[in-house]
Amino acid sequence: MQTRYATALFLAGLFASAPLAAQISGTITDDNATDSFIVAVPPLATPTDVSTPAGQTGELGRRVADIISNDLNATDVFTPKGPAGLRGTTMADVTAPAFSEWASMNAENLVHGYVRNNDDGTLTIGCYLFDVGLKSEMVRQGFVVQPRDWRRAAHKCADAIYARLSGESPFFDSRIAYIAETGPKGNRVKRLAIMDSDGANHRFITNGQSIALTPRFSPDYKSIVYVSYIERRARVYVYDVVSGRQRLVTESPNQTFSPRWSPDGKTILYSMVVGGNADLYTVPAQGGTPTRLTNSPAIETGGSYSPDGTRIAFESDRSGKQQVYVMNADGSDQQRISFGGGSNATPEWSPRGNLIAFTKITGGAFRIGVMSPAGNGEKLLTNNWQDESPTWSPNGRVIQFFRTQKGSGKASVMQVDVTGAKERRIETPVDGSDPAWGPILP
Amino acid sequence: MNNKIASLMMAASLIAVAGCAKKETPQDLPPPPVGAEGPTGPAEPVGPAAGSQADFIAKISSDRIFFDTDKSDVDSEDQATLASQAAWLKNYPEVRITVEGHADERGTRDYNIALGARRANSAKNALAALGIDAARISTVSYGKERPEALGSTEADWARNRRAVTVTVQ
Repeated sequence: MQTRYATALFLAGLFASAPLAAQISGTITDDNATDSFIVAVPPLATPTDVSTPAGQTGELGRRVADIISNDLNATDVFTPKGPAGLRGTTMADVTAPAFSEWASMNAENLVHGYVRNNDDGTLTIGCYLFDVGLKSEMVRQGFVVQPRDWRRAAHKCADAIYARLSGESPFFDSRIAYIAETGPKGNRVKRLAIMDSDGANHRFITNGQSIALTPRFSPDYKSIVYVSYIERRARVYVYDVVSGRQRLVTESPNQTFSPRWSPDGKTILYSMVVGGNADLYTVPAQGGTPTRLTNSPAIETGGSYSPDGTRIAFESDRSGKQQVYVMNADGSDQQRISFGGGSNATPEWSPRGNLIAFTKITGGAFRIGVMSPAGNGEKLLTNNWQDESPTWSPNGRVIQFFRTQKGSGKASVMQVDVTGAKERRIETPVDGSDPAWGPILP
Repeated sequence: MNNKIASLMMAASLIAVAGCAKKETPQDLPPPPVGAEGPTGPAEPVGPAAGSQADFIAKISSDRIFFDTDKSDVDSEDQATLASQAAWLKNYPEVRITVEGHADERGTRDYNIALGARRANSAKNALAALGIDAARISTVSYGKERPEALGSTEADWARNRRAVTVTVQ
């Protein structure tokens, strides 16, 4: 009862400014998915089925539809159907959909499109969205990409559909930095790795000789800030994705950890241990003199900027247990906001600004929750033995986190809609932890 | 029982067993630990090299102290352990040490790093109070990244909430 109430309140706020809010009647709750859009996503057409470096265009039509359908299934907004179980489409369908056929399977919206091989070696992926009931076109976009980037075109199409129907910003065409884990529990090999938001296009960055932890993409995707135990000293490094070189964020004999970018990418927020005491500091991203933000004998760590860069959420155990606090970006006006019981840690400010995601530790469970920046409206999204470290999709709609298994210690990257629905595991080549979602790709 | 002593003893017992079973070929045996006493040579006792990590482990009561959940204070039992370490360190004033702080798995990653740092620093301060020059002691926290006990029970977690002193060779 209480959960439903909180969900209803939350979504009312979420869609208040959405242009198509009227199309979402009532509330969306976990057990009432009938309010979501039923979208048919049949395989895309191709004018001529030819071979490309990415595969046959006909087969690509099915795979693009797979990606669109999988993307749309990330949130409670959509109930995608297909491409499995749906008939193939032709170029004639793309311009003149068989609306009555799709209406008969209760689809409210319909995705069509095509994959075409161009003479210059590129691919054009056409992306169309229709309102089945009104028999009208809602989205028409084309993406010309190199064959190796065909998945990006599929994400762009899903983003266009998502944005048009939900009224929210897109988020599928984005990347994740995370830690790939292998080896025994007592001596885990932890490597920095990156992948697309759906786990595809995976790439290892570090070789695993030193422990790597807690990466974050810079807003321009050119750098990753993370912790490395190189030379058995744990410190924050800035890794340059293009050159493959890295440098210390600050020259110090002290241990540094928990790094984050400011939204404009000009400042790095981190924690440093001096005399056993962890406090929050900032330093210019290009190097310079650190500024100390907190000054307490307690542990202060887990900083996260508000999207406008003026405020910082962080955790402190100054009350005796980990709790979430907010302060101005210069360290002034520190105020505790979490009073919902248990310990509350790892705050992560939504890019939308309206929520802070966090880890709640209570009753022997670590759970992902959200609350307002004032500490109101707490809602727990997951319930497992150990879920921690939420990270937001670039539009503030979906949260990834990692889940650790009791006993084995094996970790997985997980995802959940901010409503608490659509929990899923993100497939990674090996175990994964510490996901960090980057912004929408340029 | 700490790990390094355990592995030394394991190696020693393997070699001892092999000494009885004459058909074993030496190639099948793990190499003897550097500086470890050979089990078949009691006539020529060769202890660990003076001032080495093996010597440190052999002479002190323990290389580690343990903490309660979310705590970093040093109790009287810990104090006795650290006193044995300090006594050895006074004999080898050129030896530097690193205190490694650890936490159990039941904490968030960053907090556990901070907590491990607190624990390492508590051990460092106690050693300094026992007369060891703080400049000889560095600290590093591994948080929950390097558990010693691999299960998920209270007993496992108690073994993992630790600060371990390691000589820098």
